[in-house]
Amino acid sequence: MTAVGFEMNKPVLAIEGLTVSFDGFKAVDNLNLYIDRNEVRVVIGPNGAGKTTVLDLICGKTRATSGSIQFDGQELTKMREYNIVRAGVGRKFQNPSIYENLTVFENLEMSYPAGRKVWGALFFKRNAQVIARVEEVAREIFLGELLQQQADLLSHGQKQWLEIGMLLMQDPELLMLDEPVAGMSVNERAQTAELLKRISQGRSVLVIEHDMEFVKSIAHKVTVLHQGKVLAEGSMESVQSNPKVIEVYLGH
Amino acid sequence: MKALDKLLGGQQNLIGIVLLALLILVVFPLTLDAFRLNMVGKYLTYAFVAVGLVLCWGYGGILSLGQGVFFGVGGYCMAMFLKLEASDPQSTKIQSTPGIPDFMDWNQITELPWLWQPFHSFGFTVVAVVAVPVLLAFIIGMALFKRRVGDVYFSIVTQAIALILTVLIVGQQGLTGGVNGITDLKTLLGWDLRTDSAKLILYFINAGLLFGCIFIGRFILASKLGRLLMAMRDKEERVRFSGYDVASFKIFVFCVAAAFSAIGGAMFALQVGFMSPSFVGIVPSIEMVIFAAVGGRMSLLGAVYGALLVNYGKTYFSESFPELWLYLMGGLFIAVVMYFPNGLAGLWDSHGRQALARLLRRQPPMKAVAPVVKPKTESKILETQP
Repeated sequence: MTAVGFEMNKPVLAIEGLTVSFDGFKAVDNLNLYIDRNEVRVVIGPNGAGKTTVLDLICGKTRATSGSIQFDGQELTKMREYNIVRAGVGRKFQNPSIYENLTVFENLEMSYPAGRKVWGALFFKRNAQVIARVEEVAREIFLGELLQQQADLLSHGQKQWLEIGMLLMQDPELLMLDEPVAGMSVNERAQTAELLKRISQGRSVLVIEHDMEFVKSIAHKVTVLHQGKVLAEGSMESVQSNPKVIEVYLGH
Repeated sequence: MKALDKLLGGQQNLIGIVLLALLILVVFPLTLDAFRLNMVGKYLTYAFVAVGLVLCWGYGGILSLGQGVFFGVGGYCMAMFLKLEASDPQSTKIQSTPGIPDFMDWNQITELPWLWQPFHSFGFTVVAVVAVPVLLAFIIGMALFKRRVGDVYFSIVTQAIALILTVLIVGQQGLTGGVNGITDLKTLLGWDLRTDSAKLILYFINAGLLFGCIFIGRFILASKLGRLLMAMRDKEERVRFSGYDVASFKIFVFCVAAAFSAIGGAMFALQVGFMSPSFVGIVPSIEMVIFAAVGGRMSLLGAVYGALLVNYGKTYFSESFPELWLYLMGGLFIAVVMYFPNGLAGLWDSHGRQALARLLRRQPPMKAVAPVVKPKTESKILETQP
């Protein structure tokens, strides 16, 4: 990264006044959220708080009704999805979204940031550089031995890792993960926490998660969303002892 | 050598393509009379459409129910050139305006319309045969895929386009020959197309072009673009959020399918000697999908067999029981969708290969226990056993 000193202090992602309404229902309501460089931020909140919608808005899947999302000085709300990805935003979906008919290798290769246009893809060559990168990422996500495995034969947890790996292939500046440990065993959760700590070096990570133990183990800062608004923000301890947060969680 | 191997798709596929080449280039020409061979040639022009559908529907998940449009436009481009050549002032001197196609004269047209002017040039025609349908596919693709019109909505729109084009062709009688189409095509650059020798040569040109299309299809499917197509079909969102402009890939494969169809259409006009709106509309377009479905929508070679078999069946049954054919065709489509969704190619993969392997296993047991000394082809077949 060639970021200059003063830019380092600026948040990598600045969401201001973000609102989206579906038929009058405001799923996200005048939201402000800032994420710093190299920060791991976890967003928690009861069901329907608008967590996934925020990720949808950032990656362009849903268009904002009003407000702005600045990423590295670029306004994401006006950009096409693939340009948002190319700008450096990677997003993992809630259910593992991988290509079941392809091998682990091919799944990862698909996200290699070359041959992204029609002619490029037609004449894309699997050169030593590509292979090395795929193998490197596969090792990182604990799938180094399973490169030739067809993806639908992986366990649920391995599929989650594979999708994270596909994002790593793009080397995004901002990595967004929607419930990365859902459906994982205790062991897999611990491994994923370790993985996240490793891959958050040199990039910002935005995670949605319900599993509080997991949140505690990875989060630098926690944001609590409730009815599309920020209810509380701060360290895990401060958030957990916040009476408003306790009320929202216990009230439900 | 490696590139060639990739193009042929490995040993298994090499056998498949050699078998098909033997059938089309050797067996048919040696065993069929000129009339039947010309008929097979006609069937094979539909195979171009089916091969295109394998790419765009089987792999890309884009079910176009309007491929007849591209077959037709390609065919009309070629037919226009041939018709102009057949309408020289000498042979049309009894018309009130000699030198223009006969149907124009019947429609009181006294001057060749501007749309027809460039089709005096053979070079222009050859380019137009592919370029016009591709341009049309590109416009349709831009209009629909960029707006994320997909799945069944896309299919319905393509059907509507097929219907619109048919109505347009039938309605513009003076320009298109109306419901009769463009008939009485005689010569290509002075070469009489109606002779048996010309038909034989055209049959081989047709076959050569078809294999060319199959190789292009192979090349696309073996590339990263081929894997992207499958990925898009199954997980479009994931592809989009991996930094790909999904619409541009759909437009590309739709254009390729259109180009293949158009080549088929042009070869149809050359071999059969006419082109009419009955190859453009909804019914022929759906028939073309059935060819691909029966052959196996995931198999380029299967599509060729599908086109051959269904058309053979159509000719046979409509000669013997004309009323029954449509019901049979409908039943066949339902059966394919319900019971063998991967068509003939799928049946071959799940049963044929195993049967072949079993057959090979009955050979002296030496072969089965000592795979090291076996020829490569056999070990490949045996490996596919459970």
